Amino acid sequence: MSEQITPEIFDHLVDLAALELDAGQAEYLRKQLNNQLKAIRELEAIPLGENIPISLHGVPYAAAESAALREDEWHLYPDAKDILAQAPQLENDTIVVPDIPHTTLK
Amino acid sequence: MELCDLTALELTRLLRQKKTSAVEILTSTLQHIGQVDGRSGALDATVTDEDKEKVHSFITLTDEMALKQASAVDADLAAGKDPGPLAGVPFTVKDIFCVKDTPSTAASRILANFKSPYTATAVERMQAAGAVMVGKVNLDEFTYGSSTESSAFQPSTRNPWDTAHVPGGSSGGSAASVGAGEVPLSLGTDTAGSIRQPAAFCGVVGVKPTYGRVSRYGLIAFASSLDCPGPVARTVSDAAAMLQVIAGADPHDSTAATTAVPDYLSKLEGGVKGMRIGLSPDYFRITFPDPKTGELQEQALPKEIEASVRHAADVLAAMGAEIVEEVPMPNTRYGIPVYFVISRVEAASNLHRYDGVKYGLRTKQPYTDLRQMYKLTRNEGFGLQPKLRILMGMYVSAAQYSEQYYQRALKVRTLIRRDFETVFDPAGSYRLDALLTPTTPTTAFEMDAVYGDTVLMQYADQLTVPANHAGVPGLSLPGGLDEKELPIGIQLLGADYCEQKLFQIGRAYEQATENEAWRRIKPRVLR
Repeated sequence: MSEQITPEIFDHLVDLAALELDAGQAEYLRKQLNNQLKAIRELEAIPLGENIPISLHGVPYAAAESAALREDEWHLYPDAKDILAQAPQLENDTIVVPDIPHTTLK
Repeated sequence: MELCDLTALELTRLLRQKKTSAVEILTSTLQHIGQVDGRSGALDATVTDEDKEKVHSFITLTDEMALKQASAVDADLAAGKDPGPLAGVPFTVKDIFCVKDTPSTAASRILANFKSPYTATAVERMQAAGAVMVGKVNLDEFTYGSSTESSAFQPSTRNPWDTAHVPGGSSGGSAASVGAGEVPLSLGTDTAGSIRQPAAFCGVVGVKPTYGRVSRYGLIAFASSLDCPGPVARTVSDAAAMLQVIAGADPHDSTAATTAVPDYLSKLEGGVKGMRIGLSPDYFRITFPDPKTGELQEQALPKEIEASVRHAADVLAAMGAEIVEEVPMPNTRYGIPVYFVISRVEAASNLHRYDGVKYGLRTKQPYTDLRQMYKLTRNEGFGLQPKLRILMGMYVSAAQYSEQYYQRALKVRTLIRRDFETVFDPAGSYRLDALLTPTTPTTAFEMDAVYGDTVLMQYADQLTVPANHAGVPGLSLPGGLDEKELPIGIQLLGADYCEQKLFQIGRAYEQATENEAWRRIKPRVLR
C-alpha cells in the first residue's frame, strides 16, 4: 500500500507545526506516522450508525457533578514577578517578542 | 526493618504514637534513596555501565524542602496540632506536576529551566495532609511513552525488579520509586495507562481515578479529555488513603467533579461477598503489529498472565464473590487506534504553547523573526515523541481528514464507553461491581527492546486505555511473578466514581494472598 503521508505532505505539516527537522529525524518521523496510520485504519471497518454521537469525554458532564462557572472577575496575581522571571527575554517588566514576519498580500 | 520499609499508614501511625518523628522518617528515606537510586536524570548525560545497576527514579531531589516540611510536621505534633492524615509520609511527584519554586520539566529540554510559580492542587493537598515531598521523578517526555525511555533526562528510570528492564511509563519514576522502597507513595498521571502499566511492571498498586475525580490544575497537559492524576502505592490501603486526600472539587479546574468523595478507608475491609466480578474474553486476546509488515495480528495473552488473573478470580470466588464469565467488551481492541487519533489531536493543541516567548527554552541561535525563533526553539527543545504527536495531531484533525479520523474516533469512543455502561448497569444483564482483567499484555520488557517503534510501544497500553476513553476508574495491583521473577499486574475496572468498590476488592485479594510464596520475593535492588 502506498504511503499516506508523502514527503510533500510531511514537509507541509512540519512547516505548519513550526518545526525544523534534520533529514534523519524527518525520515524516522514520517515512517512512524505512516505506521501509526496503518493502525488507525482499523477504525474504518467499524460499522457506525448515523445516530452514534461523538464523545468528547468519557464521563458525562451532568450538572449535578459539575462546578458552577466562576464569576467573571479579575484578581491580581500575587506573585507576578515569579511569572515574569520565567520569560526568556524581558524589558522593563515586559516580555519581549521578536519581530513578527509580515507578508504583503497581493 | 527500617522506617523506609513501612507503609504510609504504618508510618503515620508510628508518628502519632510518637515512636518516631517526621525527620527520622525522612532521614531513613534519603539514606535508602542514596543506596539504590544512583544519579538523577540530567540533560545530555551519557549512560554508563554503572548507571545500569541503579534505579534512577529522580530528576530533582528536593531534600532541603523536604527537611523543612518534615520539621514543620514534627513542630505541629509537638504543639498538639493535627498534622494531617498523611503526616510525615514521604512521597514523590511525577515531574509533570507544577510545584512552586522547583524545576517542573515534563522531562523535556524545552522546560528544563522552568520553575513553576504555583503548585498543582493534588500536590498542595498532599502537603496540606502532612505528606513530605522528597523529589520530582522521571517520566517519558511530556508523558509520551510507556517505558520512560523517551525522557530528555538520562539515565532514564530502570525497573527495580531487574534494572535491565523498563519500569513502564509514563509514570516510570513514580512506580520505580515506590517499587524500590524509596517512598511509600507517589503522585502519577494516567492518560492511557500511565499509572497502571508501570505499577504492574514494578509490582506496586496504581490507581486511575474516574476522570474528574482529581483536579488537573497544575498538571502539564497531554490529552486534556483523558489525563487523570492518581496514586501509586505499595498497598491498596495506602492508595485509598492517598486518593482520599487528593480527590474532590477544585475551583481551579472546572472539570473536577463536585460529586462527594466517600470515606474510602471505612469500608476497605468489607470483603467481596455478594459482589459480581466479570471476566471478559476481550481482555484475554491481545493485538500486536507484525514486526515485518506492521499489520495487526491477534494473539493469546501470555499464559502466566492469564493464569494470574484466573487465580485472582478463584481467590475472590472463594471469598464469596460471584464470577461472571464471558462478559462482552467488543470494542476493547479499538482502544489504541482511537487513542492514536484523540490523544494526538489534544497533544498537538496543548504543545503549541511552547514557543520560546513566555517561559521555557528559547534558542540561542540567531534568528531574524518570530517564526524562525519558534522553529529553532521547538526543534531544539522537543524530542522526537512530542514532534511526532504534533505532526499526527495536525494531520488527523485537518479539515480534509477530520471526518475520516477525528470525528470517527470520537464516535468509536462512544462505543467503548457503552461497553462499560452495559456491564455496570445495575438494571442490566451483567450488573457487575467490577471487571477483572490483566493490566498489561506482557511483563516488563528489556530496555531498548521496543523504544523507537511507536506502534509497538503504544500497544503496551491496549488493556488500560479503554478505561481512559470511557472515563471509568481502574486499579492495578500485583498478582504474581512470571518465570523471570518480573511482576504481573491484575486490573480491576469499575463504574464512574466507584473507586471504593475497587479498593474493597483489591484489599480482599491482598489479604487472601498475603502468604503466597511470590509475595516473599523482593525486587533485586532490595536483595
